[in-house]
Amino acid sequence: MKRHLPILLLILAFTKTSFAQTDTDGLMMAKRNLCGGFIYGYTNWSQYWEGTALRKNENIGTFSSHSVMAMANYGITDRFNVIAMAPWISNKVSAGTLIGQSGIQDLSVLVKYQFLSRTILGMDVSAIGLFGGSLPLTNYVADYLPLSLGLQSKNGFGRILVDAQKGNWYGTASAQYIVRSNTRIDRTAYYTTEMIYSNQVALPDVFTYNIRAGWRKDADLIVEMVYDQMNTLGGFDMRKNEMPFLSNTMNASRIGINCKLPIPSTNGLSFMGSAMTTLAGRNMGKANMFTAGFVYQAMFHPKESK
Amino acid sequence: MKSVKIALTVLVLAIWGIAGCEREIISRSSEFEALNPANADSGARFWKPVLLASPDEFPVANPIAVTSADYKLEMLEIKSWQNKMTQAERDQMNYWSAGVVLRWNEIMRELVAKYNLPPYQNEDGTYPIPNSANPLAYPFFPFSNPPYAARAYAYLSVAQYDALIASSHYKATFKRARPAVTDVSIKQLIPATADFAYPCEEAVAAGASAAILTLMFPGEQDFIQQKLTECKNYRIMAGVNVRSDVDAGVALGKSVASKFIARARTDRAGKAVGTPADWANLEAKCAATGETPWISQESPKRPPMLPLFGKTLGFLLDTNMVVASRPAGPPSTKSEQFKKELDEVLWYSEHPTRERMRITHFWGDGVATYTPPGHWNAIACEDFVKLRYSEVRWARNLALLNMSMFDAAICCWDTKYAYFNPRPSQVNSKIKTLTGLPNFPAFSSGHSTFSGAASIILGHINPGRANDYDAMAKEASLSRLYGAIHYRSDIEVGMQMGQNIGLKAIERAKTDGAE
Repeated sequence: MKRHLPILLLILAFTKTSFAQTDTDGLMMAKRNLCGGFIYGYTNWSQYWEGTALRKNENIGTFSSHSVMAMANYGITDRFNVIAMAPWISNKVSAGTLIGQSGIQDLSVLVKYQFLSRTILGMDVSAIGLFGGSLPLTNYVADYLPLSLGLQSKNGFGRILVDAQKGNWYGTASAQYIVRSNTRIDRTAYYTTEMIYSNQVALPDVFTYNIRAGWRKDADLIVEMVYDQMNTLGGFDMRKNEMPFLSNTMNASRIGINCKLPIPSTNGLSFMGSAMTTLAGRNMGKANMFTAGFVYQAMFHPKESK
Repeated sequence: MKSVKIALTVLVLAIWGIAGCEREIISRSSEFEALNPANADSGARFWKPVLLASPDEFPVANPIAVTSADYKLEMLEIKSWQNKMTQAERDQMNYWSAGVVLRWNEIMRELVAKYNLPPYQNEDGTYPIPNSANPLAYPFFPFSNPPYAARAYAYLSVAQYDALIASSHYKATFKRARPAVTDVSIKQLIPATADFAYPCEEAVAAGASAAILTLMFPGEQDFIQQKLTECKNYRIMAGVNVRSDVDAGVALGKSVASKFIARARTDRAGKAVGTPADWANLEAKCAATGETPWISQESPKRPPMLPLFGKTLGFLLDTNMVVASRPAGPPSTKSEQFKKELDEVLWYSEHPTRERMRITHFWGDGVATYTPPGHWNAIACEDFVKLRYSEVRWARNLALLNMSMFDAAICCWDTKYAYFNPRPSQVNSKIKTLTGLPNFPAFSSGHSTFSGAASIILGHINPGRANDYDAMAKEASLSRLYGAIHYRSDIEVGMQMGQNIGLKAIERAKTDGAE
């Protein structure tokens, strides 16, 4: 088993894989199966919520972000998976003079454990716990919103997920809590709702929940609707004509569709795609988000493992 | 198998631990210790004020006798307060005990940062102008941009300085002892100078500060009044002054401030916004010379920031001196030199390094910050707390610093609008900026002028750090080139102009009686 870990790390480092079984679905990777791939993402918005007021900004125009997410998911057992992902991101705005930013953001590693799996009222029900953390991989500038790649915080997150399936129809609900470390900025003083003389910024924790429902056949063919809600537990609002700051309240309600389609006669290659739009938010862009990518699922030869 | 699971779980737990532990923020300003001056500067009554004709220009009533029944009641107030002090009151006492001049300077910085937001446009693409008569209606008054802030810091520090000279005079006149001297059962909870108590000098500084802050931030009267009350009470709680010391102090401070307020109302800063005719005229005048005039890069186009601020009356230079010290203009936009400098800006825009971004952001001091003058006040104050100045020397040194930066703003703005030259990104749209592009002409750099002035006067005040201040000023100045918002000649000329103003402040420092 231990011999697979370097392989996993190698894939993380050199290939950019995307994965089928994600941190928000109820599917588990079978033992000694590895799924990896790249997913391209595109996000844009031309309006954002300044506090609770939706506005345009002619000095920003349209914000756009391209990303490539490298992902890998490995089945240590049928009930215990490990997932890792890291994106490269490039952000820019169409108006004004501010320079865009691009680079590698944060590495996330999480374990996914299915602790319950049984039939209830004729449905296959499973309950899964996810537990993970993320770390910035590069010293990107955080204090440059909305163009910065991320917030430079170290995060720990835990998610509880329940999945129920009857025939090919299913629903999944999950809730997540994210603990965020302070982040360090290049300034030694900043104003939030008061003046703080420090280069450390305290970020409020985050609570999210995610609901999805759809039709799936095995773990290969999936079509689903998704609703996602994110709320910071604290933070402050941007005032009129203020730039965003790391410790703002950042809330978003998003809805969209997601699919995974097997590519015939490729023996493990699948297409994954999604489209999401933002219904409501606070101190965030009214974003449309699209992803498309391919993932490949491979089974390690049993002889290779102990 | 199991060991992998354990290893992964430990890894995740470690990240959780890191995320969860690094969560406390300690603001440096909360760690300042109680001020215990190395020297009481009781000779400050002979120092040269800035506006006051003499230290006794405003009268102070004779204090009641320490043997009177009323005074005994005031002593009781101390005792009863000390007996029932809450933790919140104790925290307030400790906060203020770091120094009153320091804390009011910080309050000013906080209000500058709060109000440093450019107004949002009207429907028709014009911009509303903040109105001091209606500060709480949008757009809030003031928009505390760098020139406004430089002036506000200067009035605050200079009013504190003059008020404390007056205070020094009256303390030596009335010679009222501290309560603990009159009644040994009074506990002094914080260090106090061994000189006299009436009028309370901290209250004098507080009264002057509150009056100036109210002038500069009229929408914050409740907040300022609350701070003034806290600042009065901590003297009594700490057992170092009685109420009549404090009341007389606040009254004197307010009287002295009234002279500054009258001056501020007529220093021409109120007209610095100009009119649409003024704005059009600036553009036409520049175009008539054959040069490319500055155009706002904001959308919708915003009028230039405070184009007539160069006519404001400063404290060190008069208007004729401002015009006489105006540098020769920037390289012609048609010259080879200009092209070379423009290419240099483009190079920095296209080759940002993480270190240059750090420098750009460290010194950015843009929207919703305390501005470059505020940054230099923060730098100065963090050094001054180590030097254990008396309150009056604190005020004197900050007055020298802030008079320099107020004049730096005036000279720099005079220069900017005399030449009205374009920013690099106006001339070459390939130039993207690493920080917000200021909405006024490029030549000369405000950051460089402020920093040149500040570093020179601070180097005189605190010679042990002179080289550091010089290095900081150079970095602040270069940050504007790194940020791709200024040409090299902007920053070099700005620095030189600022340093010359700093030298003027040194001339004053050498003759004000404090050295």
